Amino acid sequence: MAYSFPEEVLEHVFSFLASQKDRNAVSLVCKTWYEMERWCRKRIFVGNCYAVNPRIMIRRFPEVKSVELKGKPHFADFNLVPEGWGGCVYPWIVEIARGYPWLEEIRLKRMVVTDESLELISKSFKNFKVLILSSCEGFSTDGLAAIAANCRNLRVLDLRECEVEELSGHWLSHFPDSFTSLESLNMACLSYEVSFSALERLVSRSSNLKTLRLNRNVPIEKLSILLQRAPQLVDFGTGAYSSEIRSDTYSSLAEAFSGCKKLKSLSGFWDVVPAYLPAVYSVCSQLTSLNLSYATTQSPDLSKILGQCHNLQRLVVLDYIEDTGLDTVAMSCKDLRELVVFPSDPFVADANVLLTEQGLVSVSEGCSKLQSVLYFCRQMSNSALISISKNRPNLTCFRCCILEPRAPDYLTFEPLDIGFGSIVENCKQLTRLSMSGLLTDRVFEYIGTHAKKLDMLSIAFAGDSDLGLHHVLSGCESLRKLEIRDCPFGDKALLANTSKLETMRSLWMSSCSVSFGACKLLGQKMPRLNVEVIDERENLDSIPEDAHVEKVYIYRTVSGQRPDMPDFVRTMGKDKDEVYNLS
Amino acid sequence: MDGGYSRINEETHPQLLDLIPNERNWFVTRDGDHNIEGSKSHHGNGDEKKLELRLGPPGVEDWSVSDAQRSYKSPQKAAQKRYQIFKDLYFAVHACKQKQISCVSHMFSHFCTNLDSIYLFFIFFLYVSVSCFGETHQLLGAPAPVVGWPPIRSFRKNIASSSSKQAPVSDSQNGVVSNNIVEKGKLVENCQKGFFVKINMNGVPIGRKVDLNAYDTYEKLSVAVDQLFRGLLAAQNDTSGCGNNGNYQDEKPITGLLDGNGEYTLVYEDNEGDRMLVGDVPWHMFVSSVKRLRVIKTSEISNISRKDEKIKV
Repeated sequence: MAYSFPEEVLEHVFSFLASQKDRNAVSLVCKTWYEMERWCRKRIFVGNCYAVNPRIMIRRFPEVKSVELKGKPHFADFNLVPEGWGGCVYPWIVEIARGYPWLEEIRLKRMVVTDESLELISKSFKNFKVLILSSCEGFSTDGLAAIAANCRNLRVLDLRECEVEELSGHWLSHFPDSFTSLESLNMACLSYEVSFSALERLVSRSSNLKTLRLNRNVPIEKLSILLQRAPQLVDFGTGAYSSEIRSDTYSSLAEAFSGCKKLKSLSGFWDVVPAYLPAVYSVCSQLTSLNLSYATTQSPDLSKILGQCHNLQRLVVLDYIEDTGLDTVAMSCKDLRELVVFPSDPFVADANVLLTEQGLVSVSEGCSKLQSVLYFCRQMSNSALISISKNRPNLTCFRCCILEPRAPDYLTFEPLDIGFGSIVENCKQLTRLSMSGLLTDRVFEYIGTHAKKLDMLSIAFAGDSDLGLHHVLSGCESLRKLEIRDCPFGDKALLANTSKLETMRSLWMSSCSVSFGACKLLGQKMPRLNVEVIDERENLDSIPEDAHVEKVYIYRTVSGQRPDMPDFVRTMGKDKDEVYNLS
Repeated sequence: MDGGYSRINEETHPQLLDLIPNERNWFVTRDGDHNIEGSKSHHGNGDEKKLELRLGPPGVEDWSVSDAQRSYKSPQKAAQKRYQIFKDLYFAVHACKQKQISCVSHMFSHFCTNLDSIYLFFIFFLYVSVSCFGETHQLLGAPAPVVGWPPIRSFRKNIASSSSKQAPVSDSQNGVVSNNIVEKGKLVENCQKGFFVKINMNGVPIGRKVDLNAYDTYEKLSVAVDQLFRGLLAAQNDTSGCGNNGNYQDEKPITGLLDGNGEYTLVYEDNEGDRMLVGDVPWHMFVSSVKRLRVIKTSEISNISRKDEKIKV
């Protein structure tokens, strides 16, 4: 019986539960377990910073050491969320500084982080170790300087694809000479030159440094110096990989790379000069991850590297790789798990790059462990999609973007319904799907019928009627995130599936056919949903109820309306006073 | 593979471009009397009649001379510009026929820079709509640039243009690149990125393009042609008209393109306008002289010459 177990034993057992899902499940068993679990939970993940407020979190989980928050909806990455929408982390930092003085890790994604927040972080947590900012904005190099100066035990400073206001390159010099604990530094998204000597000294004294991702401004001539100072590196991102071809630069670089016996991941390669690429050949067979998405080099050069990367698990590349390069990948990279192909010139009708659906089919045939795909292309066919689904039923993430909206099967000119339908039918473990091309309501019927494990679905320029959306909302049992743009989906499907919306993290719909009236009704009916209409038109109050909203973002929450809405955002169907319920 | 819209050398379309001789006599005269003899005199057959080029709407004889004069610097330049527009529009027609909607919109935005060409485009647009009527409603839905599409982050949007120009690959042993040596006469872009020739198949209305730089033997080209047209041929032969419903096992591979044993044979048109069987000359010689490819039924071969006896078809 659970009651006869001493608390220490239960706590020890719970410590083996890493996943938040498991811990949530455990806490529902009985009141004792709930109490036990909440006292020993160390990591918290909040997928939507407006779903809960920090006081509730701190009250329930007093011993947390690591907090992860996400702010803006995913479509903010593509400029669909207007500036000033929200997602500011400062109120959270204020509460956490009070509630968790021993906090060690903060991970933020798509949030607005001000210099004030960074300064508060740097001064509030004595044992602060890990700061990871993904796709964040709102801060400058001054904030980074504060982190560098004050966080004596910092191990990880990771700026992934952030927008940083760069006032100077001196922030790096704020790390004191006594600071030696750095394990990971990613400054690839910055463009200002940092003092190279400060960087070199920092690298030299950080004997535990495993990850170093430089920015474009570090010249290729200096790479070998850094690599020699840190031969223990596991993950390295170069700066600009170009210069006049000089044999001494080349040979010292090649030698430096060959000294990095533990190197597993390479990235960077801006402005790449192909003649310097062979310098990395000595580490190719060790690599598990390779990001060449800034390397504007042609397929033959890429193939020569990839042909040697027999242990590669993750590949990010531009469409310069072409079908021939992907054939090489299919033959040589038998351990490949994840493939990402970005378009080099997305706004041109024909970029004269020979990347077609064939490349993806080849990789799906040759790489038996392939699980995750993000593929931008200019043409697709049902037959290719069907082949891919039959070759790789173990796919968990399939994102296929045909650059032309509503492009049909280029062979038959039919919609791509059967193709994507085949993907969801054969790939039974699929958790993430993004579709494109010409799609009718039929594809949504397939999705609703088969995609039972689907967690996140992205739809654009697809469907014919509300029936499409209804299929998805009523059929996809595991769906938590749904984002839709430019589809003829409207009120009927939404209002017929209101209870489904409470089981999801969020639903985004922009340029669809959802009316103000329906949003209001939904907000009124469902007290624990925030139905936020984002509409930048003037005179919103005089727009009739049956007019369509520009954008609506619906998410479940236990903390009521958020207090920080700008004037173009309204929470529909709620009283004005019901703001930010803290109880 | 189908490369969509791209500029091909003039010689590939000798029939249509003969309408506009290189020595043009299009003038923009002061009294507004536009002389477009060059084009009118060649409008023989029915299709081209619809392309009657005039610098004004029907019924209006002289139209914005001053506009035309303002936008052009000289008669030669004006004529050159119109010739260019005509050529562009010809490709636009082809693009439309190949359902390359996005390049139609690309063309349209290019044309809207001056009034003169808007009208020329309008005529072509009508022609296109008439000839493509019923094939797809998407034809007229050429999209303007869409916010947030394609879904990539802003910092990835300008990679191709913002990177410095790369040095041409000079030391590559890859067969793909070595063919570039043969292509010296062509544009530098083609050297780097591919040498596309049109390829049509008898019985299939949709033409494709192949990049000859991607192959170094006739066998590989033959395989590529099979892959290109197998599906199209099967779709074409599907008389029920309701598509294969995803069952592409029914397609027959297209074999024997080079040895005369298959149902179809691969032929090409060289730079002198002659039709030749593919496979007779060394590969690099073939690549340097080929202008377009064609897949014809083997039974029709008697018209085609072999290398040693050139007969104009």
